[in-house]
Amino acid sequence: MNLKPETLARIDEVITHYPVKRSATLPLLHLIHEDIGHIPEEAITWIAGKLSLQPINVYEVVTFYPMFRRHPIGRRHIKVCRTLSCALMGGYKTCAAFEKEFNTKLGATSPDGEVTVDFVECLASCGTAPVVMIDDELHEKVDGAKAKQLSDQIRAEAAKRT
Amino acid sequence: MPAPVQRRLILEHIDEPGYTNDLACYQRHGGYAVLRQAVTRKPEELIDEVKKSGLRGRGGAGFPCGVKWSLVDRKSGKPIYLIVNADESEPGTFKDRYIIHQDPHQLIEGIMISCFANNVKQAYIYIRGEMPHGARILEKAIAEARAANLVGPNILGTGYGCEIFVHRGAGAYICGEETGLIESLEGKRANPRIKPPYFPAVLGLYQCPTIVNNVETLCHVKHITAMGGAEYAKIGTPGNTGTRIYCVSGHVQRPGYYEFECGRITLGQLLNEVCGGPLPGRTFKAVIPGGSSAKILRFGERFKGKRKVGADMVDYDWGVEDVPMDFDSLGMIGTMGGSGGVIVMDDSVSMVEALANINAFYSHESCGQCTPCREGSLWMKRITTRMVHGQARTEDAALLKGVADQIPGRTICAFGEACSWPTQSFLAKFGDEFKGYATAKSEVPERTHTLI
Ligand SMILES: Cc1cc2nc3c(=O)[nH]c(=O)nc-3n(C[C@H](O)[C@H](O)[C@H](O)COP(=O)(O)O)c2cc1C
Ligand code: SF4
Ligand code: FES
Repeated sequence: MNLKPETLARIDEVITHYPVKRSATLPLLHLIHEDIGHIPEEAITWIAGKLSLQPINVYEVVTFYPMFRRHPIGRRHIKVCRTLSCALMGGYKTCAAFEKEFNTKLGATSPDGEVTVDFVECLASCGTAPVVMIDDELHEKVDGAKAKQLSDQIRAEAAKRT
Repeated sequence: MPAPVQRRLILEHIDEPGYTNDLACYQRHGGYAVLRQAVTRKPEELIDEVKKSGLRGRGGAGFPCGVKWSLVDRKSGKPIYLIVNADESEPGTFKDRYIIHQDPHQLIEGIMISCFANNVKQAYIYIRGEMPHGARILEKAIAEARAANLVGPNILGTGYGCEIFVHRGAGAYICGEETGLIESLEGKRANPRIKPPYFPAVLGLYQCPTIVNNVETLCHVKHITAMGGAEYAKIGTPGNTGTRIYCVSGHVQRPGYYEFECGRITLGQLLNEVCGGPLPGRTFKAVIPGGSSAKILRFGERFKGKRKVGADMVDYDWGVEDVPMDFDSLGMIGTMGGSGGVIVMDDSVSMVEALANINAFYSHESCGQCTPCREGSLWMKRITTRMVHGQARTEDAALLKGVADQIPGRTICAFGEACSWPTQSFLAKFGDEFKGYATAKSEVPERTHTLI
């Protein structure tokens, strides 16, 4: 596990926010997750050491919160809201559109390793349903046409990278 | 009767062209004047204004804010914490998002006034993990406020000091429940705590007295401090004071967030006039008035009884459209105002499929500590999913009710109620649809919406 120097600096800073070090568990998980994209085994023991905890204390937190991934996924993460208001406005169709665009299935990574499509629960933007988060960005009113447009954009960005 | 005009207290600057979320813009619009004035007053006076205002919590339970504050154990000698509940995870609710993104300083001013009033030296904003930009905006706003001595060790030269830190959740709904939130903030699984102690105000974060309030609630504190509790109490209706933000989603022409005086608008005015009515060619079938945990209402049903108006008891006979949108009226007809999330369904929706969608949410989000909740939410999900995707049986309705009825009152936290109320109310109001689903499904071709 090779953390960037700025991640290490932010880790040391965030620990000072709490009178009890254990409280920094979630912030540290977030920082490492952002840095390397998932939470490997060694991150768990590293955090436990840093916060003077047992690895099980960190492990039980990682497994409780849906946002933390244990394994690498596609370069982009497409998270389609599945909950009622979005579903009423066509969220399931939006999800199917992304699956088709990238030739993949829900919960799986596309063959080119570019995207992983997942369902998530209510994103607190129900008034602009259906909504989708791609990495950190929220996209609103994502119907079939908009799903196509976002997919094209992802492919264009991927092409630029190579 | 035409709908009243919006009364935008909290949302005053939301979506205003040219209004930005930085300190300079906030101060150009009079920002932090209320905090400046508040720190010259006695903290007890400020608490008293909140008590007089009648403010009820906007996070879900509608608990009187002043009462909550007066429960704080001030004699223990331990530090007192304030936690801002910015988890906004109740399906159908999306108001705090806009406050955080577009007017973060309004929240920070409300927090600092509340902290000063309660002698809090450390506040945390617990924001859901799915709002990464919201967290960054708040962090930037706090840094700006700190640089201007509005947050930090010596606020406005008074010698009073208070810090705010932002703490991000990571995708678990149960972190919205206040004791689950506290566990999460302590770095643990968000397992809600066994009661007693009944209030975090006595034993909360790190076993210290702790106030947990919703984002919107704390914004109201700013306006109460500005106008005085008695003046604020004139807004809205007795017992349901102030304004309320309603978040409308689902099958209406103009979904969105609307702020009205609490109880001065009916559900019908909100949906038909403000939100433009049903989609073309459709009619309203059902509405969930206070977040997905609230019991569903069926258009066409009537509610009769007696209610207090001033000193008198008067008869009421309401259709769904006639119900005033306040905590007490919605409670009286067997549902709740909850978090203000209004989810609308039209005649294209199958109630079995809608319930299957809701049940999938709750079974995913149960923390798993209590058997009735963990198993019950899973069974309800399995039954409704099987009905939609496999073999629906006539006896499923009774089976579902049997499961749902065994959950509430037998769990550690109110999630038990939250997950069983949808099933109970869908069955009570749309029982026929559940019984007839097997036949109806085979007769209806491709549905327009897939909900599960
Ligand atoms: C299952 C469950 C989920 C909740 N989710 C939220 C939430 O997302 N946001 C919130 O402010 N309150 C939520 N609450 C209510 C909180 O427990 C608490 O009552 C509230 O934050 C108190 O603030 P208030 O008095 O200002 O409303 C939830 C309660 C339960 C039982
Ligand atoms: S009721 Fe459900 S969510 Fe609440 S503590 Fe029990 S298992 Fe957890
Ligand atoms: S239901 Fe999708 S954002 Fe709330």
